[in-house]
Amino acid sequence: MAEDRPPSRRRFPPWRRKQGEGRRRHWPIRSAGINFALGYGVLFLISATLFLSFIWWSSTNLLNRHVRAFIETDAQELQKRWTYGGAPALGDAITDRLEQNIDDDALYLLTDRHGRRLAGNLPGWPVAIKRMDHFYELTIRRYTFTTPAEFKAYDLPHGFRLIVGHDIRGRTLLSTVITRTVIWCAVMIALLAVGGALVVRDLFRRMVGSIARTASAVASGDLNHRIALTGSETDLVAETVNTMLDRINRLMEGVRQVSNAIAHDLRTPITRARNQLEEALFSATSPEELRTAVDRAIGDLDHITGIFEALLRIAQIEAGSRRSAFTMMDLNQLLANMAELYEASAEEAGLNLHLDIVPLPPLFGDERMLQQALANLLDNAIKFSPPDSALTLRARPVPAIAPPGHSPSECSPAGLEISVQDQGPGMNDADILRAHERFFRAESARNTPGSGLGLSLVQAVTSLHHGRLTLTKANPGLKVTLFLPLTQDAEQTTRKAPLTEGPS
Amino acid sequence: MRILLVEDDPTVRSFVLKGLKEAGHNVDQADNGKDGLYLAIGEKYDIIILDRMLPGGIDGLNILETLRGQKNNTPVLLLSALSEVDDRVDGLRAGGDDYVTKPFAFSELLARVEALGRRGHNESAPETSLTVGDLSLDLLSREVRRGGQKIDLQPREFRLLEFLVRHAGQVVTRTMLLEKVWDYHFDPQTNVIDVHVSRLRQKVDKPFETAIIHTVRNAGYILRPTQD
Ligand SMILES: Nc1ncnc2c1ncn2[C@@H]1O[C@H](COP(=O)(O)OP(=O)(O)OP(=O)(O)O)[C@@H](O)[C@H]1O
Ligand SMILES: [Mg+2]
Repeated sequence: MAEDRPPSRRRFPPWRRKQGEGRRRHWPIRSAGINFALGYGVLFLISATLFLSFIWWSSTNLLNRHVRAFIETDAQELQKRWTYGGAPALGDAITDRLEQNIDDDALYLLTDRHGRRLAGNLPGWPVAIKRMDHFYELTIRRYTFTTPAEFKAYDLPHGFRLIVGHDIRGRTLLSTVITRTVIWCAVMIALLAVGGALVVRDLFRRMVGSIARTASAVASGDLNHRIALTGSETDLVAETVNTMLDRINRLMEGVRQVSNAIAHDLRTPITRARNQLEEALFSATSPEELRTAVDRAIGDLDHITGIFEALLRIAQIEAGSRRSAFTMMDLNQLLANMAELYEASAEEAGLNLHLDIVPLPPLFGDERMLQQALANLLDNAIKFSPPDSALTLRARPVPAIAPPGHSPSECSPAGLEISVQDQGPGMNDADILRAHERFFRAESARNTPGSGLGLSLVQAVTSLHHGRLTLTKANPGLKVTLFLPLTQDAEQTTRKAPLTEGPS
Repeated sequence: MRILLVEDDPTVRSFVLKGLKEAGHNVDQADNGKDGLYLAIGEKYDIIILDRMLPGGIDGLNILETLRGQKNNTPVLLLSALSEVDDRVDGLRAGGDDYVTKPFAFSELLARVEALGRRGHNESAPETSLTVGDLSLDLLSREVRRGGQKIDLQPREFRLLEFLVRHAGQVVTRTMLLEKVWDYHFDPQTNVIDVHVSRLRQKVDKPFETAIIHTVRNAGYILRPTQD
């Protein structure tokens, strides 16, 4: 089903792809800085509008309640006047009030039973007002302008009627102010957004710039260029990229080393095989001689194949592809079996293999690789030891540094230490430093068989387990130690441990 | 044994073909996946040797998977230039019975082919004892006797001898011993296996007149029963 798609698209899950394409089609702006500023501006505008709307709504509400309360109390007062003095008293009161009303916002109308106006500043009974005891909001004409006003009408005895009202021009004013504010806000936000966009874009550019410069330097071949750390958020990326570059550098270095080594170290056996065959071809006098020469050439070819295999295996391990074979494994069993396998060889070489093994907790690792590493160490020890000497295979858990107040035995071990120690010639400091290099063999090892790849593989396996390989002088002899941390895959360990161990 | 060899490289093919014929086997060959699959399905073989990489769309793994999909359990030995552990695991997971990486020594291939063929034959009822010539192994009490004389063996030595006895008359290589007796899949660099075999010989051969464990030059070991 995936075959008919172009291969480059396969990497994305379908939902990602759809989203990605959709956004590209509808949204033309690519600059992250501008998008950021735009988004920020829109967000700010929306929140400002919401905020001002709320102010508008609550203040008009307050205003309204205020006006209505005022109308109610005023009407009560006026009705009281009616009870004392009837229509004339009420009329006087209204006129009084109108005279004292400096804001010129009070509206009154008193009519008799025929609807004639007795007092007040309204020209006539507004047609809209039909019910008593109900608030109306109407637009009325006053002098030269129209204005909204709040009214309430009251029935008085003998068919007299009273309207008390209030000009609410203030609300219009408020709305104008708020609208203006919104408009100004929009303008200012737009300006800020544009300015911000430019600043943010510049910032982004500057942050990405140093990464880009390094990347292009690397792309054009300068693998030693690194991104400068500035203390900003991009340092996270910068550090990761730098680590990546370090790793690439190391891998490249490895490749270079290997190709040099191949050029040098593989030529020797190939040349030897070739010479042997050629010589046999020209000067062998009997089939017997010919056969011996071919036989030896096959031996050389096998040796070359062996070197290739070892090189490939190291390269594979260093590429990190072998972590797929990691499982929870029992190192105790592995050590016992390896000791059993090599004990015979040691004995044959006149050596005594001592075991000093403290039970180890399970480790998350690659069993075959660790077998191979251990085999290489034992092989070296046996190979370089003089007869009648002793060999020791040690293993123990290494406690973590205990927090204050706890004894080291209380906390779980930080790792494991496996070491192989012999009483052979040992190595000098300069050689120890180079021991893990591919094809490195100390001068004194020239007359022993080997190709100098054993410790390189051990080093690769140790790194694969995030461990450490150390060579120390044991005087006499050499002690090679593998430290394998337990914590690095604590997650897997805890997740898988119940599966392998089960309830007991 | 009737063997099918599917391999595209003409040199390797004729080399293997010649060797197998000399060893007395009846070999059919194919140089591409299509013919190989056709033969593998149509004919009955004791063993199929499959190159993993074949030209023309059908490769060794495809053939293997098709066979296994048809419940055809003919032992299959995979040949490959890929030596990555994952490739090996892939091959075995697809139903392969053994795996040999190129370049290989013919003796290694032959030993494995014969071991596989043998396995196809005697998968009968579980035995409780093995007898070869004057040597007998009791698999339950783990007791070994030769000519009526009891031989004391370490557990690993017993397993080594058991493997040799089970493949009596066949060459077994050092790698096979390491894989099948020790269950190790690494390259031991030195002659660790030789040392174990020579220890075994000390106990099984030395005290007696005739030796039954023999070294085959450039190949491995063979356990040949004494004729009498
Ligand atoms: N136990 C040891 N005692 C003294 N020197 C050692 C010991 N182990 C390693 N060396 C030195 O380190 C060198 C590199 O060791 P390494 O195992 O990588 O290669 P090798 O053993 O020479 O060859 P190979 O392992 O590929 O067969 C050796 O050649 C030897 O000089
Ligand atoms: Mg070595």
